[in-house]
Amino acid sequence: MKFTTFSAFVGPSVVMMLLFIAFPLISVFVQSFQVTQPLYEAVEVETCTPGFLTQTCVIETRNQPVLGEDGKIVTETRWVGLQSYANVLELGRAWDAVSAGSWRALMAIDFWKALRFTLSFTLLTLPAVIALGLALAVAINNAGKRLRGPVIFVSLLPFIITPVIGALSINWLFRGDGILTALMERASGQDISMFAQAWTIEVLMMLYRVWHVAPFAAIVFYAGLQTVSSDSLESALIDGASRWQRMKYIVIPHLMPLILFVGMIHLMDSYRVFEEVVGFSSQGHVISLQWLTYDFLQPDQAGNRSISRASASAMLTMVGIVILLIPPLKRSWRDHRKAH
Amino acid sequence: MIFRTIALVGSLGIAASMAQAACSFDNETPVSSLTAGFEAWKAVTDAMAECGNVSASLDQEFREKQPEAFAANPALYQIGGVANSTIVPLLNAGTIRPLDDLVAEYGAALKPNQLIRIDGQTMAVAMMVNTQHLMVRQDILDELGLPVPATWNEALDTAEAIREAGLVDYPIGATFKTGWDLGEEFVNLYLGEGAAFVDAENMPSIANEAGIRSLETMTAMTEFMDPEYLVSDSTYVQQQFQQGKIAMANLWSSRAAAMEDPGESQVVGKVTMASAPMGSQRPASSIWWDGIVIAQNIPDEEAAAAFRVAMEGLDEEMVSANNDAAVWLVEGYVPGPLAAGAAATAEAGAAPYPGSAPMGIMHTALGNGIAAYLTGAKDAQTTLADIEAAYLVAAREAGLVD
Repeated sequence: MKFTTFSAFVGPSVVMMLLFIAFPLISVFVQSFQVTQPLYEAVEVETCTPGFLTQTCVIETRNQPVLGEDGKIVTETRWVGLQSYANVLELGRAWDAVSAGSWRALMAIDFWKALRFTLSFTLLTLPAVIALGLALAVAINNAGKRLRGPVIFVSLLPFIITPVIGALSINWLFRGDGILTALMERASGQDISMFAQAWTIEVLMMLYRVWHVAPFAAIVFYAGLQTVSSDSLESALIDGASRWQRMKYIVIPHLMPLILFVGMIHLMDSYRVFEEVVGFSSQGHVISLQWLTYDFLQPDQAGNRSISRASASAMLTMVGIVILLIPPLKRSWRDHRKAH
Repeated sequence: MIFRTIALVGSLGIAASMAQAACSFDNETPVSSLTAGFEAWKAVTDAMAECGNVSASLDQEFREKQPEAFAANPALYQIGGVANSTIVPLLNAGTIRPLDDLVAEYGAALKPNQLIRIDGQTMAVAMMVNTQHLMVRQDILDELGLPVPATWNEALDTAEAIREAGLVDYPIGATFKTGWDLGEEFVNLYLGEGAAFVDAENMPSIANEAGIRSLETMTAMTEFMDPEYLVSDSTYVQQQFQQGKIAMANLWSSRAAAMEDPGESQVVGKVTMASAPMGSQRPASSIWWDGIVIAQNIPDEEAAAAFRVAMEGLDEEMVSANNDAAVWLVEGYVPGPLAAGAAATAEAGAAPYPGSAPMGIMHTALGNGIAAYLTGAKDAQTTLADIEAAYLVAAREAGLVD
């Protein structure tokens, strides 16, 4: 292809990538090393607010931002180096906790608490999604021709539901005396509160994620199953291989590149777990790294937000994903080289 | 058919002109407002709309949009709805205008109590107060022969008695949802102890006796609460109350009307509205006001039109039509039994919510930090020290502390 033709094809998407991915990323990267603050001045102010019948007036020193000539708040941007990262990681406290051997003290620090949950969420749901996806794919593949359509449709349903709505519906099923909690209470004869302690919420969140993502894995694996060579399967059958042996020695090795692909996508997605925290309003018990970033970014009622720490925490999340992706990437690189 | 259409159009026209008649002047200037979305704001903005050319945005996310929308030049809205805390970013950015001239010209019907004065200038006009106060099932108290509790200690004893009698699922309900709600519960108890959250240099000052007492009261309350309290927001507590699952709660006065709504509530006529329980100094509650502000970055004529429209929204007619929608500060409001709790709380000397930039940060730090104490992960001292540390990091980042 001529270079001009090539660039005409590629150009627009490169521009889009730069505009909507690269530049914002660079801006977040830069902001994680900066702090922007308004200049404050202390003023003595009398404030009168209504009571039920009469007003209450108080005189207090108030810190007010200085307004510039243009009527805008005067702000000052400083380079602070790794200060925001240090504020997020709280390495000093973390080190104290580790050297004292206190898991509880470490889990009292937001970042490490979030990291603990994010990692366990990611690594526990990964095998479950792949196993359930494979099982679904095999089930679809073995379903009769007339049943196949409906089976695919039904198994895809969880994937179609908007994540927050899905999480909320599960929340309502189990919250308080929700239908399913009531059923469980009747079955066990005990009073059950699913949202009263961290581990039950975590289990619900993981079950929800597996339920939600498995259909995607299933569809990918189902497509892969169509390309399994029937010759090898038949010869295996003649050799007396059981169903499980055919699965283990023929089907799974054949699907391995797809399993890696699904695994990588899942690692990236679930490391950014967020909807579950919001949908289950679990932040009292369990938080994730992405939620931490969101919480820094969320303004309080007086309009303060922590943009620098949010940027630092976003960069740290990215670094975490990259580290998680190294093993599967290495493996697929090795497979790729072997194939050539 | 055609006749019916004409008649319909005609009657609509009459309805429209009658609606216009409810407003004392014909508004020619397009005016728009951005406010919160609860019932009282709906009543006020509907009354403003009678003047014509008014478009109202009732938006629960208003606090995120308002600072940017008012900083634009010209401002995107003429009228804003604010409360103690949400007025702070607007005041700081200088995007709302002093209203003294407008009040003098068009605000004859306003009561002095409604004027929010900051440094001598009227910056907002309040329309209602909202406060958390005790709602308690009178039928249960009567059955056990107990008085309405006046302090949290008494309330805890009452809760114990109710639990022993086994009359409800959980004796106490409270808005302990992690985040803003949980922070607010601490703020209420701590204000009741009469202590300050930050000092004059914006340094935090909650790690003290009053802070520990407030936390201890909170854990004592959780003994009698639904174990899922960390996800209970006001709506959830209101519903539990309406379904007769809880016997008392320190709940928002804006939720009082729901207890008497026969369509939703199974406890109609059984709930007494009382003052918030007393702390050692004041009632363990904070007084909030909601009101209107006018944008700075608009022409004076537009501001005048907007203010006149707002005055129509806050007039006696609106209040008499929506008497029970809120605890109104507007002339013509008849405090009914539903307002008794709010009135008693204010009379007992509850403090106004101390809205300010440092307080915004403190509230967030409290809302995020207290759960660890309630779940038993940290003791009271550590919790308060960690909250102060979290406050300091955020306040330094915001430039409030050196």
